[in-house]
Amino acid sequence: MSSHSELKNHFHEGRIVNDRLIFSALLAGILFIALIGRLIVLQVVEFEHFDSLSERNRVDISSIPPQRGLIYDRNGVLLAENIPTFSLEITPENVPDIDDTLQQLAALFAMTDEDMLDAKERIKQQRRFRQVVLKERLTEEEVAVFSVNRHRFPGVDVVGRLIRHYPQGALFAHTVGYVGRINEQELQVIDQHNYKGTMQIGKTGVEKQYEELLHGKVGYQQVETNVQGRIVRQLNSMPSVSGQDLFLHLDINLQRIASEAMADFNGSIVALDPKTGGVLAMISKPDFDPNEFVLGISSKNYAALRDSPDMPLFNRSLRGRYPPGSTLKPFVALAGLEAGVITENSKTYCPGWYTLPGQTHRYRCWKAHGHGPMDLKDGISQSCDVYFYDLANTLGIDRIHSFLDLFRFGRKTEIDLPGESTGLSPSKDWKRASRNKVWYPGETLISGIGQGFNQMTPIQIAHATAVLAMRGIDMSPRIARASRTTGQSELQLFPAQSYETLPIVNNRNWEAVIDAMVEVVHGKRGTARQIGENIPFKIAGKSGTAQVFGIKQNEKYDAKTLERNLHDHALFIAFAPAEDPQFVVAVVIEHGGSGSSLAAPIARKLIDQYFGTGSASE
Amino acid sequence: MNNSLYDRQQPQRWSLTKALSMIHLDALLLLGILTLLAAGLVILYSAGDQSSAILIRQLIRISTAFLILLLLANIHPDRMRDSAYWLYGFGLVLLVAVLIFGHEGKGAQRWLNLGFFKFQPSELMKLAVPLLVASYLAERPLPPTALRLLVSLVMIIVPSVLIAKQPDLGTALLIASSGLIVVFLSGIRWRIILGFIGLSTAALPVLWYVMHDYQRQRVLTFLNPESDPLGAGYHIIQSKIAIGSGGMFGRGWLDGTQSHLAFLPERTTDFIFAVISEEFGLVGVVLLLIFYLLVAGRGIYIASQAQTSFARLFAGSISLTFLVYVFVNVGMVTGLLPVVGVPLPMISYGGTSMVTLLAGFGILMSIHTHRRMMSP
Repeated sequence: MSSHSELKNHFHEGRIVNDRLIFSALLAGILFIALIGRLIVLQVVEFEHFDSLSERNRVDISSIPPQRGLIYDRNGVLLAENIPTFSLEITPENVPDIDDTLQQLAALFAMTDEDMLDAKERIKQQRRFRQVVLKERLTEEEVAVFSVNRHRFPGVDVVGRLIRHYPQGALFAHTVGYVGRINEQELQVIDQHNYKGTMQIGKTGVEKQYEELLHGKVGYQQVETNVQGRIVRQLNSMPSVSGQDLFLHLDINLQRIASEAMADFNGSIVALDPKTGGVLAMISKPDFDPNEFVLGISSKNYAALRDSPDMPLFNRSLRGRYPPGSTLKPFVALAGLEAGVITENSKTYCPGWYTLPGQTHRYRCWKAHGHGPMDLKDGISQSCDVYFYDLANTLGIDRIHSFLDLFRFGRKTEIDLPGESTGLSPSKDWKRASRNKVWYPGETLISGIGQGFNQMTPIQIAHATAVLAMRGIDMSPRIARASRTTGQSELQLFPAQSYETLPIVNNRNWEAVIDAMVEVVHGKRGTARQIGENIPFKIAGKSGTAQVFGIKQNEKYDAKTLERNLHDHALFIAFAPAEDPQFVVAVVIEHGGSGSSLAAPIARKLIDQYFGTGSASE
Repeated sequence: MNNSLYDRQQPQRWSLTKALSMIHLDALLLLGILTLLAAGLVILYSAGDQSSAILIRQLIRISTAFLILLLLANIHPDRMRDSAYWLYGFGLVLLVAVLIFGHEGKGAQRWLNLGFFKFQPSELMKLAVPLLVASYLAERPLPPTALRLLVSLVMIIVPSVLIAKQPDLGTALLIASSGLIVVFLSGIRWRIILGFIGLSTAALPVLWYVMHDYQRQRVLTFLNPESDPLGAGYHIIQSKIAIGSGGMFGRGWLDGTQSHLAFLPERTTDFIFAVISEEFGLVGVVLLLIFYLLVAGRGIYIASQAQTSFARLFAGSISLTFLVYVFVNVGMVTGLLPVVGVPLPMISYGGTSMVTLLAGFGILMSIHTHRRMMSP
């Protein structure tokens, strides 16, 4: 081919391809116009159709809150259950005009302005797209009224759900505790995923301690909803796992007896099974109805409880700090025996008072005329103060402290309940650290009789008594006995928690102290001899009368002239049977006066209830 | 097409344009590409539920693809033509290898695991097929003879069938069309074209017979999406709702309920166009389509200005195939075409197709910037 024709050929080929390119470009243009036409049809012509489809097209993932585990006492009596209730709830994001809606609802349900303000406050605090409860426990009539008027209130619904109920009322207020609305702080701590749809959480007691176990695991359902947000059908679901049921060591019969026995007094009773550490009874008086807290207590009722001088919300069993008084004496005596500074038979003469060498101050015995010569058994059974002044002085506070420490005086017992106090068992170091003062020998004397700085909680006193009863075996107090997975009949027992057994120098020392405590109840001169009759086994006990009010050197304690809140605390510790202890009880009655006359009979009542003896057998 | 935007004779005030052509880049094409990529990232941010991880990975891909664009733009078109048979042969070997050793992903064998990265040989064929056909047909004067036409068709059909067997029908059809576009551009007679169209229509039942079940299902649901609203038709129904509810101006960026309430499947990849439609409305998508046309238009202009038949055919095929991608994806998402699994070019989240696309643009730039400056 010539270069001319090549050139021409090239030009010709260029024309061919370019024509086809132009054709293709035009075709592409037409196809794109078709696309745009299609888009106009979808987005403009049929916009409303698709817009409404889109609005309707909502998949809701709604949570299925798990059912909270039930709580039973050791006999299988129900202590906490779930009952159905209806509440009026609002989803603020779905309400066109909140203020107007609230006003109309207020008229319909006779809600006060205070309720409304409260509701508004909670709406403000709520996370987006979560319901806010406006009114709890709707009556059937109210549910019906709302159903008729429902169309007027978009975003407002009557929701049925299960709420916690405590059929025993106040009886277990301080042990089982209660649930309440999840608050801001709790929101930070909990696994929010697992609490979707759950409105309540354990606030105190067993409900709080075993929250994880009782709560269960949340389930889900994925549902398609229509414009009104009502479920059209379920797409997917994962069932929730109910929380586990709990069985406590507590015995409702002992609780009742204990509660009745306390009558109008304030105070605490703790009963333990010393072999397992199981808490058989635990009462703190005064108490309150935990059901009030479940759906949020009104601020007025709460203020009344909070500000009451009797402090009904205060759990005395775990947090009340009382001077143990003479109930500490068996422990101090054991400290002396084990340290070798006294023997069972060493005698101390009680003239009615005790003075430190080189001092004139008279530390008085409760028996002004004196007990005369006292050995260990006499010292404990007659609760001679002088015997223990002398012993304490010989031992010194630090030896007393370190011995009491073995019994967890001044330490938490680690019971499975929240909020336990450590109490206080004084020492020289403690006084220097906390008050920056030296320890005076006189303080050792009054510490030796359970007064002075000593502050023990009822659970500490009961636990220490159990350790003494078990001859040094230290079982951690436990309120929960077993759990049960829903749908199964078998109980999973929680293992008993035992701590290290206390160091024992001589077993005879322990028996001597326990013998002396038996003498308290069964001896001729025992301070609690009135409870030692009509029983087939031996009770070991010790009374205590703890001073709340300092009596001056030359004054006499006279209950009649003193205000009740200055009366002595009455205490009693006991275990039975003495040689094979199965039941331990500690009774603390605030301003109850004499431990032996008021607290001891209560301990006996519980023992009778537990063993079916005495009056309980009739 | 010859408006002023594409007129290379306009006075070049930009020194940047000159600088770019020094490294064989075309300023206008680059501008169009960058605009589409930027828009793509904005949309991907919304479609990917504001995940910066997705955005970063996409940026890494774009950067890699840009390096390849730069590389190819600096290779003379003649060298590409010389390597046509080698690349095609290499691609075929890889395709066979995929069928034998391939790595399965989402029920299809498309990947070849090379240890350090997974490679999809069908992407190589997207360029190798038009490259070979263009170079083969340009060896002799155009229009091609019947024999050459037949050979070209074999060159197209063999890799397409191999890819369809993976099975990846969408890519197979796209590769076939990129080759057929070359054949069409080479100037074959209209009679042959019409005859071919008639023949393929007749072959449809045969195609139906060799199709996989899921492919048949797609065609069936395409014909009647409502027949299976929660199964195979779900994609199309949800996608149409998303597009339709976008209306004229859209629901606004990040505010698409269909997209974000997880109704829309594959919303970062094949169905990303529905997200754009829902959030930016008709105005947004028409603007996007115009940008696609501008980029492709620049490519077609480059093809028309090319100095060899090979370059014309290859450049024309790359530009038009680009439009075919857009058309198939948008057609699929809007319910005009069956769901074939073609991503929206430059915008969909995904690896190898981005590289192939930018490689194609690199070739266009090379063709345009390697012209000898002779007066026609």
